[in-house]
Amino acid sequence: MSYHWNWSVFLAQVPSGGTTYLGWMLSGLATTLALSLSAWLIALAVGSLMGVLRTVPGRWLSGIAALYVELFRNIPLLVQLFIWYFVLPEILPTGIGNAYKAINPMLQQFTAAMICLGLFTGARVCEQVRSGIDSLPRGQKYAGLALGFSLPQTYRHVLLPMAFRIIVPPLTSEFLNIFKNSAVASTIGLLELAAEGRQLVDYTAQPYESFIAVTLTFMMLNALVMVLMHRVEGRTRVPGYIGGGS
Amino acid sequence: MYEFDWSSIPGALPFLWAGMKTTLEITALAVAVGIVWGTLLAIMRMSGIRLLSWFAAGYVNLFRSIPLVMVLLWFFLIVPALMESVFSIPRTSDTRLASAMVAFALFEAAYYAEIIRAGIQSVHKGQMGAALALGMSYGQAMRLVVLPQAFRNMVPLLLTQGIILFQDTSLVYVSSLADFFGAAYKVGDRDGRLVELLLFAGAVYFLICFSASLLVKRFQKKVIA
Repeated sequence: MSYHWNWSVFLAQVPSGGTTYLGWMLSGLATTLALSLSAWLIALAVGSLMGVLRTVPGRWLSGIAALYVELFRNIPLLVQLFIWYFVLPEILPTGIGNAYKAINPMLQQFTAAMICLGLFTGARVCEQVRSGIDSLPRGQKYAGLALGFSLPQTYRHVLLPMAFRIIVPPLTSEFLNIFKNSAVASTIGLLELAAEGRQLVDYTAQPYESFIAVTLTFMMLNALVMVLMHRVEGRTRVPGYIGGGS
Repeated sequence: MYEFDWSSIPGALPFLWAGMKTTLEITALAVAVGIVWGTLLAIMRMSGIRLLSWFAAGYVNLFRSIPLVMVLLWFFLIVPALMESVFSIPRTSDTRLASAMVAFALFEAAYYAEIIRAGIQSVHKGQMGAALALGMSYGQAMRLVVLPQAFRNMVPLLLTQGIILFQDTSLVYVSSLADFFGAAYKVGDRDGRLVELLLFAGAVYFLICFSASLLVKRFQKKVIA
């Protein structure tokens, strides 16, 4: 194959001026990080709440949580994203829909992708939280109640602190997934890392350099998160608990 | 308030069904190749030959650390060039389906390899020892004794991964290949009825995946009992 390698392309000015192609890549990386981290906060909040609901007595509450999980796990991420971005603004009451369409397009894409990724991952977090709570011996809940705690207090002071420490390892893999899944947001035009990579291909006709740079960045991000979470896992491990360690 | 108009769906059903066939083709091929190649990777990873285990570990970690969208973009870029230089198929021909199939098969193999490795490790060590003591070679012991037991335990996980893969195939959208989702998007875009078509696509995916996972759950109970 006769391919003309040119790594200095990253230092060239972009046609619109003001920055280099490297600058584009870095701003894409910043968007990927902002999107993944904000979506992760939503996923943790919604996932924890729904995970708790799935374990409480009462068919209604656990039914709602089960419905949430099934709905968000059985529709492809791409379809969910398109529904958030293209469908929701249309079927909302006209006033709200128009207000949404009036804001800056970049912000529209970002919020749609953030909510989508957050709720998509939240369904997976929910299942982990549930299995964490279920894995605790039943005596812990009864002991809490016997000491005079109300049910919410038992969750807050007894069950959840333990459950969260047990599920750190599976949450790590969901946290890694959210960074990878964030690349799907490139399909609605959000200029995150993968989209900047494609844009670079269109502008410079240097596909290999661009794709290699994007791929390596994702791999480094992955490795960084793994190292970070390994530390968290070490700190939160429950002594003497097999499930909490490995 | 938005006024729904579902009238463009009935006429588009043959086109949507053709898209669904593409989706199913990609899924079936990727599951089949993924399981075979994944089994080989799992065995390589556990082998005593360091070069093989390093290769398998590197392969699995590489594919598991990059987004599927990136993998697809790579293959849509590379496969046509490769086809041209190796099989001398002109670059102008449509290789998107082939690219998608290769990409999904190689990508999913990394995920299947981890499931299969865990499955093989869950088989009691004495089984391999007993097979070797009976005079079987390592290959025979693996093929006739260990793998059949491992696969029996793994079937639910392999099927669940298949459902995930079925959902992931919608990402071939990045190459504007008309799989089921791509077909739905195209029809919606053409008729200005994107809202209805996207909701329809979501409902179809939901029905298929939800019933498939119910079947897997029922099957799992049967295997355990």
